[in-house]
Amino acid sequence: MITFEGASKHYPDGTVAVADLDLTVETGATTVFVGPSGSGKTTSLRMINRMVEPTGGTIRIDGEDIRRQDPAVLRRSIGYVIQQAGLFPHRTVLDNIATVPLLLGWRRAKARARAAELMELVGLEPAQARRYPHQLSGGQQQRVGVARALAADPPILLMDEPFSAVDPVVRTTLQDELLRLQQELHKTIVFVTHDIDEAVRLGDRIAVFRPGGVLAQYAAPERLLAEPADAFVESFIGYDRGVRRLSFFPARDLSPHEDTVFDDQTRAEDARDIAEGHGSPWVLVVSAERIPLGWVGTDQLSRVPAGVPLGDLDLAPYGHTFNIGTDSLRAALDAAVLSPAGRAVGVDEDGRVVGVVSQDDLGTAIWSVTE
Amino acid sequence: MDILIDLYQWFADPAQWSGASGIPARLVEHVYYSALALVLSSAVAVPLGLLTGHTGVGGFATTSLANFARALPTIGVLFLVVLFAGIGLVPVVCALVALAVPPILVNTHEGVRGVEPRLRDAAQGMGMRGREVLMRLELPVATPLILIGMRTAAVQVVATATIAAYVGVGGLGRYIVDGQARQDLTMMLGGSVLVVALAVATTLLFAGLRRLLVAPGLRAETASAR
Ligand SMILES: Nc1ncnc2c1ncn2[C@@H]1O[C@H](COP(=O)(O)OP(=O)(O)O)[C@@H](O)[C@H]1O
Ligand SMILES: [Mg+2]
Repeated sequence: MITFEGASKHYPDGTVAVADLDLTVETGATTVFVGPSGSGKTTSLRMINRMVEPTGGTIRIDGEDIRRQDPAVLRRSIGYVIQQAGLFPHRTVLDNIATVPLLLGWRRAKARARAAELMELVGLEPAQARRYPHQLSGGQQQRVGVARALAADPPILLMDEPFSAVDPVVRTTLQDELLRLQQELHKTIVFVTHDIDEAVRLGDRIAVFRPGGVLAQYAAPERLLAEPADAFVESFIGYDRGVRRLSFFPARDLSPHEDTVFDDQTRAEDARDIAEGHGSPWVLVVSAERIPLGWVGTDQLSRVPAGVPLGDLDLAPYGHTFNIGTDSLRAALDAAVLSPAGRAVGVDEDGRVVGVVSQDDLGTAIWSVTE
Repeated sequence: MDILIDLYQWFADPAQWSGASGIPARLVEHVYYSALALVLSSAVAVPLGLLTGHTGVGGFATTSLANFARALPTIGVLFLVVLFAGIGLVPVVCALVALAVPPILVNTHEGVRGVEPRLRDAAQGMGMRGREVLMRLELPVATPLILIGMRTAAVQVVATATIAAYVGVGGLGRYIVDGQARQDLTMMLGGSVLVVALAVATTLLFAGLRRLLVAPGLRAETASAR
């Protein structure tokens, strides 16, 4: 647990980088500091490893005032990842990762063995061990940066905009990997970003900073999206916070309808009668294995001769499906909006159709959870 | 063309290759003075440059000192020291050290200063103390520039060590000084050729040192930057 007790940083030129910060970072969780540029996120982060000394207040790690520790010793027990990695250009990937273990006095062979372990953990090929930083892509450098920070197995990991210099596709991959790593390692992570989407994806708790180094709100992402503390937080989060918030609600509570799902051998007129009985203008056609094939409208079914099986008709593409077990309401809503039938196709892990969810059903579900 | 033939005969004369005034003996003297001056200069300039570069303190004083030393006429230094220390090795080495210190000092200082602040920040953030930042980051990253400073110094020293002849301690300069006194153009030319060859050998030596001492990860960078 890391606690800021009235921590502040005033620079001699009058700049207030951090103003009277009170905040508790939970052990084993990811806490994200988010806010516009210059709002004091980096300064607050760097107070934790004493790269910045506060001008007021106290910071404690597990109750102990960090000023009582030698800064170098403290820093060796805290992983630190910075933007653009900051790898040593004269050291190989392996030796970069081994930096802190070597500082701690490990034998070289042991430090390198540990570094090799970490390369695997962060998804680097063993062949890259002997490379030099300038031979790596930005994303690979960042992986090395994370591995280097984890090498001595510190309980705390500080990350300052580690992914903001890589392209969006790589960034998403790195975020996914961080989530996976964290599930495995349960570090106390403090992560700084100016990107609210990144904060919502990664954070168990989010601290929103406003210019002047003031903490505007500190809450779980779901609460933040539901109840922004003030106009600043609301505008910082963005206009679509309602939809984004749906990613915190599972789709599993929806009740998909099976009545309008037919296999491709069903005769057109039978399908039409049943669908009209349910008041549904659309029918979903699936294979014998319940793999979705496409949509067909009941008006089209009225125009085909009797006895033709659904599989012989021109079907509208079914768009993308959502997984009922693992996806969120946001994914279900997205699938419904993009479907030509205005209905989302729910599938199980094997891609077999469980049922169909209409926009009405979704509306009701969203209404009930966001109430 | 005659001069080339004379020069060839000068080098081909077996008497030239033995004895206290033969080419090998003069070469050894020359290399000895040069190497001594370089080692002494490096022993002064590298630690001083590392210190000022690392602390950022004394940067202005360092550069001023280096510029002052650069402006000193080497011959002037030589005779000045002769006044105090008499004829011999001391004035030669002093004059050469005054020549070699500035490029080594400035390059060491700039090499350390030039380490990206981001890297220094990462080093401290991982828990390196000042000394560790210096030895594990700044010195290795500054090595290419330090070697360039030493190479510049070495080539100047090798070319200038001919002044040893003025104070009677030999070296390849003897051929030039004696040749001048005797109006022997061939001898002067022979001496000059030897000095030039030694300077070229020095450059090659530093190319080798660069391969040996500079991490491959830095070689690519400095090669493209230079
Ligand atoms: N050494 C310094 N001297 C004066 N002001 C500084 C210094 N370092 C940072 N600041 C100021 O402190 C404020 C907060 O900076 P920072 O914590 O880096 O913000 P963020 O990481 O949120 O972008 C900024 O206005 C910045 O200009
Ligand atoms: Mg910042």
